[in-house]
Amino acid sequence: MSRILSTAAVEFRIALRNRWVAIAVALMVVFALVLAAAGAAPTGDVGADRLSVIVASLTSLAVYLVPLIALLMSFDAIAGEVERGTLPLLLTYPVSRAEVLAGKLLAHLAILTLAVAAGYGAAAVAAFWMDPASAAGLPALLRLVASSVLLGATFLGMGYGLSALARRPSGAAGLAVGLWLGAVVLYDLVLLALVVSDGGGALTTQALPFALLANPADAFRLFNLAAAQASAAAGGMGGAAAAIPLWQSALSVALWPVLALALAVAAFRKVTP
Amino acid sequence: MTSTLTISRLTKRFTGVEALCDVSLTVEPGQRVALLGHNGAGKSTMMKIILGLIPFDSGEVTVCGAAPGSAAARAQVAYLPENAAFHPALTGEEQIRHYLSLRGEKPAQALELLARVGLDHAAKRRIGTYSKGMRQRVGLAQALIGKPRLLVLDEPTSGLDPVSRRDFYALLDGLAAGGTAILLSSHALTEVEARTDRILILSDGRLRAQGTLADLRRAAALPVAISVAPAPGQKEVLATALPMARANGDGRLHLDCAQGDKLAVLARITGLPQVADLEVIPPSLEDIYSHFSQRDGQ
Repeated sequence: MSRILSTAAVEFRIALRNRWVAIAVALMVVFALVLAAAGAAPTGDVGADRLSVIVASLTSLAVYLVPLIALLMSFDAIAGEVERGTLPLLLTYPVSRAEVLAGKLLAHLAILTLAVAAGYGAAAVAAFWMDPASAAGLPALLRLVASSVLLGATFLGMGYGLSALARRPSGAAGLAVGLWLGAVVLYDLVLLALVVSDGGGALTTQALPFALLANPADAFRLFNLAAAQASAAAGGMGGAAAAIPLWQSALSVALWPVLALALAVAAFRKVTP
Repeated sequence: MTSTLTISRLTKRFTGVEALCDVSLTVEPGQRVALLGHNGAGKSTMMKIILGLIPFDSGEVTVCGAAPGSAAARAQVAYLPENAAFHPALTGEEQIRHYLSLRGEKPAQALELLARVGLDHAAKRRIGTYSKGMRQRVGLAQALIGKPRLLVLDEPTSGLDPVSRRDFYALLDGLAAGGTAILLSSHALTEVEARTDRILILSDGRLRAQGTLADLRRAAALPVAISVAPAPGQKEVLATALPMARANGDGRLHLDCAQGDKLAVLARITGLPQVADLEVIPPSLEDIYSHFSQRDGQ
């Protein structure tokens, strides 16, 4: 355990000096505040408190930003050690590869949690300032924080896996960008195209829920919208969120980090220094 | 007492190329062993196999009684890679504290370790600002952590100035006296001759020779060079008396003779009245090294 903690402390210090902590926190705070200001309009129509509406907007933001920050922090984790030539020495120490990854994960997850908490916290403060009844939205906010951290862990694990597979930082960066585009942007577009062409047939009713649950970003969105009961404010996904039971999206959100990290450890074990 | 490192009939192939072929050796506790070979001879490959970083094809390797790379072996083996590298954003002290934690030692020893390699003055500076020699010292400091039973050093003195080299070998002597077995690689026989107990010469993945420097000298049986200075005006007479000698432009006569004939030849030369002086030049360390590393007509 002390080996994991020491690795985490070192990784956190490196991230702090490379300005990753500052960049992640600033990114989340700026975007969350912009959303809090812009999301003020629909309150009257929905009849929900200000914070619940903002949580719905933050969900859409987190789906893009959290995976991006996670991949940016993780793509260099193993490929960078290979390129700097620090990996062979590290692997002669009495520390297992899983422990090395656990230490890195702990540090990166701490940074991500810090960024998410700062961003959502700023938005929440803005919500309370505009609408004192916002306390009703607090459970939704806490759910959003927790599921954002799990979403981040999923993409951190995927980033480590890609980093181990690529073995070069430039290659790992390319793969990470590809994964982000594929999982967060293109996946939904393809599903949308299929649903439109299917016209409400078997594909839409049978396969779509599984397709949404199979993608950690979509499962995250479903979980937060279904749980928040404010899906009307987020539009689009609202129908799907209502059709899929909450426990299913919760399970997907909780299982993905485990799966991604197991894959990352397996990929790291295959790296020969 | 059991050997710290035992290798028998080790063979390693890289996609068709034989990097190591049928290598057998042992390293005893407290022994300082130098592994010599030119680039690509298989030194680094052998070290990586001993450390468990890469697998091997056949043979047996036992490190401190365990399989290479196993948790038991890693706990007792320290390594200094060629061109030791560290994260540039960390200070020397932070890096060593981390390595101490990974070995289950107290991080507070970091400054003391850095002082042992003469780096305590730069402990609070980032490694990114260090020179190559300073990074090499950080590498050495981490190799001293705990009390390793086997120290594997890949060209440890590259990048060190002559004074640092002497300090470095003094550190090794102290460790060896405490029972640590040391395996270090080098390009130069001249550097390791006085500082190691045994020398292994590796060439094209095969172990060509092993033993003390005296053993190698004997086994190589290289000719001894003798240089004779004639008395004034006696050069022509001397040249006829020594028909096998060559005359160089320096006015002296030069001849080579086998180790076994040395005394007989010297007796003959010293018996000649035309000789003013003579010098016996034994084969140099470079000659011995190239004799072993370039056998098989290369």
